[in-house]
Amino acid sequence: MSAVANRVRSGFYLDSVALMRLSAALGAEAGIDEAVLMIGTETNRDLMRDAGLLTGIGEAAGPADLIIAVRAVDEIAAEQALELATTKLVAGRDVLGADTAARPRTIAGAIEVSPDANLALISVPGEFAAAEAQRALAAGLNVMLFSDNVSVDDEVRLKRDAAARGLLLMGPDCGTAWLAGTPLAFANRVRRGNIGLIAASGTGAQEVAVLLDRAGLGISHGLGVGGRDLSDAVGALSTREALQRLVDDPGTEHILLISKPPGSATARQVFEWLANCGKPASACLLGVDAALAAEAPIPVADTLSGAVAALTGTSQDEADTTGIAASDAQPGTRRTQVCGLYTGGTLAAEAVVVLARAGVAVGDDGHSVTDLGDDRFTRGRPHPMIEPDVRAAPLAAALADPDIAVVLLDVVLGLGAHADPAMTVIECMQAAGEDRPLVVAHVCGTDADPQNRSLQVAALEAAGVIVASTNAAGATLAARLARQDRAP
Amino acid sequence: MSTDRLLSDGPRTVNVGLDLFANDLEADGHPVIRVDWRPPQTRDRAVLSALARLESPDHAGRMTAANDTAAARMIGAQPFLVDVVPAHEALPGLDDRMILHAGPPVAWDAMCGPMRGAVAGAIVFEGWADTLDRATALAASGAIRFEPNHHHDTVGPMTGLTTRHMPLLVVENRAHGNRAYCTINEGLGKVMRFGGNDASVVSRLHWLARELAPLLGTALRASGGIDLGNIIARGLAMGDEMHQRNVACTSLLLRELAPALARAGAEPDALAECLAFMAGNDQFFLNVAMVMGKAIMDPVRGVTGSSVVTAMCRNGTDFGIRVAGTGDRWFTAPVEMPRGLYFPGFTEADANPDMGDSTIVETVGLGGFAMAASPAVAGFVGAGRASEALDFTRRMWELTVTRNPQWTIPALDFAGVPTGIDICRVVASGMTPTINTGIAHREPGVGQVGAGVVNAPMACFEQAVVALDAELAR
Repeated sequence: MSAVANRVRSGFYLDSVALMRLSAALGAEAGIDEAVLMIGTETNRDLMRDAGLLTGIGEAAGPADLIIAVRAVDEIAAEQALELATTKLVAGRDVLGADTAARPRTIAGAIEVSPDANLALISVPGEFAAAEAQRALAAGLNVMLFSDNVSVDDEVRLKRDAAARGLLLMGPDCGTAWLAGTPLAFANRVRRGNIGLIAASGTGAQEVAVLLDRAGLGISHGLGVGGRDLSDAVGALSTREALQRLVDDPGTEHILLISKPPGSATARQVFEWLANCGKPASACLLGVDAALAAEAPIPVADTLSGAVAALTGTSQDEADTTGIAASDAQPGTRRTQVCGLYTGGTLAAEAVVVLARAGVAVGDDGHSVTDLGDDRFTRGRPHPMIEPDVRAAPLAAALADPDIAVVLLDVVLGLGAHADPAMTVIECMQAAGEDRPLVVAHVCGTDADPQNRSLQVAALEAAGVIVASTNAAGATLAARLARQDRAP
Repeated sequence: MSTDRLLSDGPRTVNVGLDLFANDLEADGHPVIRVDWRPPQTRDRAVLSALARLESPDHAGRMTAANDTAAARMIGAQPFLVDVVPAHEALPGLDDRMILHAGPPVAWDAMCGPMRGAVAGAIVFEGWADTLDRATALAASGAIRFEPNHHHDTVGPMTGLTTRHMPLLVVENRAHGNRAYCTINEGLGKVMRFGGNDASVVSRLHWLARELAPLLGTALRASGGIDLGNIIARGLAMGDEMHQRNVACTSLLLRELAPALARAGAEPDALAECLAFMAGNDQFFLNVAMVMGKAIMDPVRGVTGSSVVTAMCRNGTDFGIRVAGTGDRWFTAPVEMPRGLYFPGFTEADANPDMGDSTIVETVGLGGFAMAASPAVAGFVGAGRASEALDFTRRMWELTVTRNPQWTIPALDFAGVPTGIDICRVVASGMTPTINTGIAHREPGVGQVGAGVVNAPMACFEQAVVALDAELAR
């Protein structure tokens, strides 16, 4: 039992599309079955008549008139609908206010909008990353390729293309960079200075940068080259371009390369470049063979803190132990194992090297160091630097393990990282029993980071965590604490 | 020494992926532009590898050069509306008992309702059968040959049927010397392009051939030809996009032809009837825009190695595209359903699938591609506001090789329409060409029931990428 009603506005013209939009909007109102607004031409009247929407009022309308026709549940509703339609009709048109331009959908489209763009920061899923990097290079952009799971073949292809175009490709799996003082992706707020970093991976660069900052030094730029760049398969293609940029940069007075040990052919090449680049250069090659380090034409340290110590003028030993007060802490007598639970891969790697030097061989006697940011833990799960709760279960298990003497942790701060990474650690400490392993942590960050290192350290110490000054110092302390039982 | 200034100037970043990185850059006041990235729609590795090869440094240079040539031919075209002639004079390949239709090849069995209705009407119009039932039987018997308009230098809207005694608009591309053809727009409602086939439809077609065509032909020949590129340029500044909105161009055309029409020698009543017919149809210029598009694109068909689309069309069942570097091969996929607004009394349930050669208009950068020139039409896009019309053109810029400096849009600061659809950009971006289209009733002869937006199916472009890669590898 529905009712149809018409109203005619004389001499009123609105574009047919605008009228169709209004009709649709009215039809969606409660109580209105159908609403139509059309100019009163014969064709339109035929249409409305065939749809059963035309009354005598509408029949009398002409092409210069606007017919409003509604069908509603009853006559009252129909009249109300006509009122509503009239109101909407006379209401002012939308003011074209803020720019509603949607984002470009492609890199090329972005450059149309911002022609002076010079860098593409690409963090799409790995299976699409190489194609996007190729498009960025073709468009004349340097590339920071955050994505991982890019094949070696694609990496080589991309880096050769970048070199041919005089562009820098950082990555793949480049999570950290600083360009002219701008931190990119997972990077810390650090002092600007004259040391140029070239780093294979993220947390290695972060540790070096924050330690330099603490020593009052600063970085000019931090360039990432990806974890495989120094392999013989890739042959240091990005390292070469990065080095050239730092050599050309008037603000860079020292160049520091941070990596795991390179392939043998590449090592020779890279050492030659660094030795002859015209600026003082040094390297941190994590866990490098002592003989190779001794032969190298430039100073080579085997730990991150050692490389920093060489630049700040402190000795290696001091660097590794600086800040560790003589600790009264002792683990329980049965406890012997070191358990490292890391979120940063390079920090984990440094810990393994330092533990070994201090007599704790990972893999022997139940000692372990786990990189929870490794691919096998992050498939389908967030990275622990973004979501620290990923570490909660393994940490709780370690704290409950009667054989573990020391749990060794990194807490990584900076842009991109979680707002309060210490919280998960503190919560696990509070939930653990009295009889538990000692917990040693290094907080990789600065007070200028969003999380504020001093605040994170204070919170951790209040919860009973022993906070070391560097990652290496933490590992050294962990080894000493774990071996106290077995010391002669 | 690299001349790149990344380290000296600092990063001005294009962020592709995680928004959190752009948030941090923005919060610190560093220049960053965010890409609304989507993956390619396909998971087919063959398509992605073919695309990677086409985009690789080895191939990209040659393809860019070929595409530049293709775009230059489009922009350099000089289309003139010069004549109206009977189809049997214009098309040597159009035989007796042959019917040309819109879209890629389709057999009688696969034709949609409106097209079958139109076929029956066309057979009666040509006198090959004397009733619609006998006409339908004749079509079903295999006695009629069906071929795409595109195979005969022709285009047609909706069902798009072309037969020997229909008069065809003639456009000559004076930059290349080629010609293209299209029937005259019949008007709205019960017409053959919507599958109409009753006596009124057939008699209107006879009237067109007997009265309007000779008058229009005489006027056009006397005028020396109408410069269509110029009409398009002016129409864009007057709110037309040449697919759903042609009222300005229709008016401009009629105004230019008026003196020649008056002098063409018809009796006043006959002249008045012809003028009323053209003036009463806001979409009269659609067919002119379509044949212009065909005349512009045909010379691009020869550009080897180019990934530019030379035709897009639909037959109510399949959507088909052709690409310069793969010649006359069709790449087809089922048409998508338009999304739009319906006239009173009609809903999506009444809609026929997408149909017609009118997508030649988008192929040359107009229609949905020029939506920024026609903000009112943007109302068709979901809950779209007029201000969002600009974004449609901006998105289509990302799918094309260049912009046409002669066809510019005031609301975009006189930037040119997107020109030269590149199949690689389509597949890579996950975005397909946007088309403004009329929606026909699925029953023959009812007519238009609405208007909306439809996208070209991605599958056509994916197939084309694989084929072009294979072609270039030879």
